Amino acid sequence: MQPTAEQSLWMYETMLVIREFEETMATVYLEGKLPPRIQAGLAFDIGAGPVPGEMHLAAGQEPVAVGVCAHLRDEDTVVGTHRPHHFAIAKGVPLNEMTAEMFGKADGLSRGKGGHMHLFDPARKFSCSGIEGASLPPAVGAALAAKKLGKDWVAVAFFGEGAANQGTFHEALNMAGLWKLPVVFVCEDNKYAISVRKSDSTAVASNASRAAAYGMPGVDVPHNDPVEVFAAAGEAVERARSGGGPTLIEVQTDRYLGHFQGDGEVYRPKSEAAELRGKDPIPKLAAQLREQGALDDAADEQARARAHVRVTEAYEFARSSPYPDAEEALLSVFV
Amino acid sequence: MTVATQQRTLTMAQAISEAIGLELERDERVFAMGEDIGAYGGIFGATEGLLARFGPERIMDTPISEAGFIGAALGAAAEGLRPIAELMFVDFFGVCMDQIYNHLAKNTYMSDGNVRLPVVITTAIGGGYSDAAQHSQCLYATFAHVPGLKVVVPSNAYDAKGLMIEAIRDDNPVVFMFHKGIMGLPWMSYFEGATTEVPEESYTVPFGRARVVREGGDVTIVTLSQMVQKAAIAAEQLAGEGVDVEVIDLRTVVPLDREAVLESVAKTGRLLIADEDYLSFGLSGEIGTLIAERLDRIELKAPVRRLAVPDVPIPYSRVLEQRVIPQVDDIVAAVRELRGARVAT
Repeated sequence: MQPTAEQSLWMYETMLVIREFEETMATVYLEGKLPPRIQAGLAFDIGAGPVPGEMHLAAGQEPVAVGVCAHLRDEDTVVGTHRPHHFAIAKGVPLNEMTAEMFGKADGLSRGKGGHMHLFDPARKFSCSGIEGASLPPAVGAALAAKKLGKDWVAVAFFGEGAANQGTFHEALNMAGLWKLPVVFVCEDNKYAISVRKSDSTAVASNASRAAAYGMPGVDVPHNDPVEVFAAAGEAVERARSGGGPTLIEVQTDRYLGHFQGDGEVYRPKSEAAELRGKDPIPKLAAQLREQGALDDAADEQARARAHVRVTEAYEFARSSPYPDAEEALLSVFV
Repeated sequence: MTVATQQRTLTMAQAISEAIGLELERDERVFAMGEDIGAYGGIFGATEGLLARFGPERIMDTPISEAGFIGAALGAAAEGLRPIAELMFVDFFGVCMDQIYNHLAKNTYMSDGNVRLPVVITTAIGGGYSDAAQHSQCLYATFAHVPGLKVVVPSNAYDAKGLMIEAIRDDNPVVFMFHKGIMGLPWMSYFEGATTEVPEESYTVPFGRARVVREGGDVTIVTLSQMVQKAAIAAEQLAGEGVDVEVIDLRTVVPLDREAVLESVAKTGRLLIADEDYLSFGLSGEIGTLIAERLDRIELKAPVRRLAVPDVPIPYSRVLEQRVIPQVDDIVAAVRELRGARVAT
């Protein structure tokens, strides 16, 4: 299944937005966290600055998000991970409100209660979690609901190769296979679960090979390529939508930045990230589009300009949004 | 003044990894398993430097399979080994709690003491640096509530080393909970009171023995973990106002040093419990009831007062998080109120 020119251009521009958003955040995140204005003796203060706490960025992993979400509608569910921005952007979560949430502001998706790992957008059926493997059962549940309601909705669970060793992965896949649910399981293999390589955590080389154990097709996508992801995801989404049940896809992708920002990355050679960038999927897709005649200099410049404006406006929106009142902390435990 | 033993200052993280290293040296049955405890040294430094010294057979990186490796720890312990299993964040206990509370906690009892499970579960607790609802909890009350687990919560490096060695040598399961905000990590602001002089040699700190951090006659603050450091700062500030605060560091929740609490409150007549865990159905309620049950011995001058997280998940935004986690200013204000409060007559 090949993308149309329109779909490819959407993937390209969405990847531009994601990449610029993530790389901007890599810089913004550091504001206020570095000496000299932090506790004496510290190299970094994770709790300081306008975007405090943990930060997990997906630069490099854009193809997984766009290749899958190109097939999804607003009413299809996506459940993401602790590294959620590329999924959220590709799913259509409003960038301004998402960014404001990451700044802990009142105009954020959750008025600052959730933060970057807990982004909720019910209108786009997007949610995510900081717990590895926690995305799979709720996606199964969304698929179950679709079936009960007689809708042709599809659910997608994103997770990492590390999470594929969590009990929830196995339980969710078995249930989906057993009940033939309209869910697509997408594993991002970015080679590291924080510091641990896949070969040191997983008994088999391919998570896609585990699909057979749960009664569904398993698909390996060996390159960090949005068109390859598009093809695999398209087939899986069609299968789900037409009542054919679930699919497990594993994509070989690349994480350019650390597991979290501030991560010293002692576990991988410093040159590795640079080498990965040599295979950057964004210029590669641009080259393909130019070859197909779907992109020229003017169109490329316009796409980049649009992406830049979206990202810049989102950060400006977030910065100028007010903080919530402290007493709001006591609200919304129950409705 | 000369000291017999070499004294140097350690952060709480360094003290913990030193303790584990000493026991790994002393007893070949001890080994550690957990996520990123090897080359990474543990996300919060609890096993820093240990892989290089002891190798991957004794410092084992595991898959993200908490139920699997926590359960494996108890199985290995039943076979005579002495595992230390790290649960990266206490908040992750959900995925492995059955192995902990139905098996690790209960097998000794259910076997009438015939099965010994010398497991130490080490885990990071606490918030205050914007890690939000799933990465900021304390939850010692949750583990303390189920019979069969010892629950250890150090507030400083000296205690942490002694309590860890005690935990590893204990033949019972111990949940050892270290607050991220007092580990002395180079990437998170921390209370420097937790970094202390630590003797180089092995030593133990007994369980069930609270520490009087500061003696005082006006008000008792019962507390633990990072909150001890906040209470100590508050007490200094209050001393400047002529208020004499006694700070009790519980050090272990199970076993609980009830006598130390009763003795202090009998002396002062005013009790503030400062707790970073959720307010309701937890530790602060336990301490309060402890007093209520001994009003035959204690004459309260004011109602018991509790500071804790007001039954909300920990919010992300700094202004919201600071509102719900008790701060130094909150402790100071609560003590002032206690001095003005009266009991019914």
